[in-house]
Amino acid sequence: MAKASGKNKIEAASESIYSRIIRYILIAFFDAAAIWFIYQALSRGFDQIVFIVAIITLAINVIFILPKAYPFRWMAIGLAFLLMFTVYPIILTFYVAFTNYGDGHLLTKEQALPLIEKITYLPEGAPTYKWTAYKSTDGKYALWLVDPEGNSFLGKQDETIIPALPGDPGIGEADSRGIPVSLEGYEKISILAAATDKNLSNIIFGMAGEAVVQITSPTTAAALDQRFIYDAVSDSFTDQSNGAIYNNVVGTYTTYDGKTITPGFRAGVGWKNFKDFLTSPTLRGPLVTILIWNFIFPLVSVVSTFALGLTIAIMYNDKDFPLKKIIRTLLLIPYTIPSVITILIWRGMFSPQFGIINRTLEAWIGWAPAWTTEPFWARVAVLLVNLWLGFPYMMLITSGALQSIPADLYEAATVDGATGWKRFTKITLPLLLVAVGPLLIASYIFNFNNFGIIYLFIGGGPPILGASTQAGYTDILISYVYNLAFQSGGRGVQYGLASAITLILFIIVGSITLIQYRFTNMWEEVSENV
Amino acid sequence: MSNITQAYQRFSGSQKFRKKFSVALRLIIALLLIAFAIFPVLWMISATFDNSNSLAASSLIPTQPGTKNFLRLFNKDPEFRFGDLNYWVWLWNSIKVSGITTILTLSLTTMAAYAFSRLRFKGRKLTLKAILLIQVFPNLLALVSIYVIVFQIGDIIPALGLNTHAGLIMVYLGGAMGMNIWLMKGFLDTVPRAIDESGMVDGASNFRIFWSLLLPLIRPILVVIGILSFIGTYGDFLMARVLLTDVQKYTLMVGLQIFTAGQFDQKWGVFAAGALIGALPIMITYLALQDQIAGGLTSGAVKE
Repeated sequence: MAKASGKNKIEAASESIYSRIIRYILIAFFDAAAIWFIYQALSRGFDQIVFIVAIITLAINVIFILPKAYPFRWMAIGLAFLLMFTVYPIILTFYVAFTNYGDGHLLTKEQALPLIEKITYLPEGAPTYKWTAYKSTDGKYALWLVDPEGNSFLGKQDETIIPALPGDPGIGEADSRGIPVSLEGYEKISILAAATDKNLSNIIFGMAGEAVVQITSPTTAAALDQRFIYDAVSDSFTDQSNGAIYNNVVGTYTTYDGKTITPGFRAGVGWKNFKDFLTSPTLRGPLVTILIWNFIFPLVSVVSTFALGLTIAIMYNDKDFPLKKIIRTLLLIPYTIPSVITILIWRGMFSPQFGIINRTLEAWIGWAPAWTTEPFWARVAVLLVNLWLGFPYMMLITSGALQSIPADLYEAATVDGATGWKRFTKITLPLLLVAVGPLLIASYIFNFNNFGIIYLFIGGGPPILGASTQAGYTDILISYVYNLAFQSGGRGVQYGLASAITLILFIIVGSITLIQYRFTNMWEEVSENV
Repeated sequence: MSNITQAYQRFSGSQKFRKKFSVALRLIIALLLIAFAIFPVLWMISATFDNSNSLAASSLIPTQPGTKNFLRLFNKDPEFRFGDLNYWVWLWNSIKVSGITTILTLSLTTMAAYAFSRLRFKGRKLTLKAILLIQVFPNLLALVSIYVIVFQIGDIIPALGLNTHAGLIMVYLGGAMGMNIWLMKGFLDTVPRAIDESGMVDGASNFRIFWSLLLPLIRPILVVIGILSFIGTYGDFLMARVLLTDVQKYTLMVGLQIFTAGQFDQKWGVFAAGALIGALPIMITYLALQDQIAGGLTSGAVKE
């Protein structure tokens, strides 16, 4: 021990001067990049990522500067990736689960306030103008505005509206009605073309936050006003059109009667996401269905694949069984093809209208299950396909483990008069379970999160009616999380809710894995192992 | 059936017959099992070489044998157009992403495993335990957070963000690191320390011992872990689906999924051709190396 650590120090100290210089230059470059990144992240309001990047940067500096930390230089980059993409996501999930992060709440407060202040409305009795439209070659518009007193203005997109007269620089000469014939870079549009241009009436002319003008009818345009005025003291907005007060209710400006302003901003909502699942029947119902199925699906999958795999392993275990090698190879085939591909092929074969399975069943017995619309048959189909996908793996591991059971145990049992079945239940199965138990648990966890088969084979369907978010009878937690976060259905993407479900997943998968560790003695191994 | 039963009873005393009967029965069962195992594969092959391209018309023996589906797959059939089909691009993307991920995983994990296996330092056990504990939460579970993280990184450095292969590779690396370090350390532990000591006597540096003495010895296991890592990344769907948004950036597994959108039954043959090309190399590798891979799979947990 002492000798080894002594060598580490020598190793670090005996470094040549050149490699030391190079090392420091590399560290300096890394630090410069990290500081730049942190600065950029702060300016965008990505506060959380700053912490983890700072920690990684600090650690890298310590590891590559202190000679004592030399052994960690061997693993620094690997551990940095581990921190960034495995540890940090876990922490971030905890954070997001207690926020309203999602559609309408993607921004920070600092980013959301200016956006709200840019919202405009058409006040009653607002100044009106007669307008003429111009269009540039790259599809931009400009308006020539004349107010009732005859003053003329030029309005362009995202530019301040300015008083202007025909013949000014960049503005063409007046025609018979006093309107410029052209603008620099723009062509006048005929009245008919302007009336039928769908874009035109949606465009706001002028700089946001200043006086802006929008077309309100084929002949008139009107000045718009800022709709919401912010009061920093009470953290509220006042609606200029009707005087309503919008107070900040955890990231959403809301009136007393429940009206809200979009966008809101990211804010901590405490346990709200979890409470929603407990209190709202349209969320709780589907979640319970999904949760129960999420436990059953991997259980049935592991038991069925293990049973079939073990049966095969035992049947063809004899050393001199004819064609053993070919049989094994052919039975292994399902395992050798990327499962995304085979799942999609099964999807085609299970197609209720055109698939070979239902065509055959219809022809033979005149009836076929509705695989995609009946919850029960959908689940049966998923389990069947998963049996096909999983049994070769079980065959592999059980036949490996069978070899390791000492033959003299069987001989002794036979001498004692044990029958075949007794030998199986008293010797084979217990010894086998000890050997492959951890792999069975690993397989359970894998199937617990088997997004691929659920999503690709059936898309989680058939849908659960009355669910307020997209959920189906074959959905498992991870595919449900995927729906919440990435399939913006009626309610839009909801990272907060999705992260709350992810925490449930963490707890379940984490506990099962810890049980697996007890099985494998991996933990003790670390402690005892030199 | 009753004949067989009677015959069986008549000869039940004969050990030889009983054995033969049992073998014959097991061979018949083997045939049924093989039929179950390879049926979808045969189905895929027959659909590939059936010009009809229709799921409803598909059968085990192609009704219109031909190789038109390959033309369609590469957009060379004037009568079949399928907008977003970029098969070669997807295949290349998959090979690129899996290849780079595999090489980086192998180098980073082998080096880390070397330190854990051969160097003795303060915090060694603690770090090992921490890595093990972190593995309790597979990073694919945190897909929402990972999406947000990659989005934020990409907002600052677009080359590493959403819809980039670099971003996807980083996520794969972060997820694979922990378990692979453990696996690799296990293998390095089986290499006798006497080998390092002979190097130390000659005054070789740690890196020299690692590079010239240990790496050649564990090359076979590196190959197995490398292949498994390549196949695992090649077959990944979820992360690639979440992080890649542009059809041109899709990996093959994500690309194949878009066939199911809309009229899957009208693109069945083309899909089968694409699936076959995507599956064959992996299938052949697996079958050729099945013994080594089976060894690599079980060595983690089964103790001899």
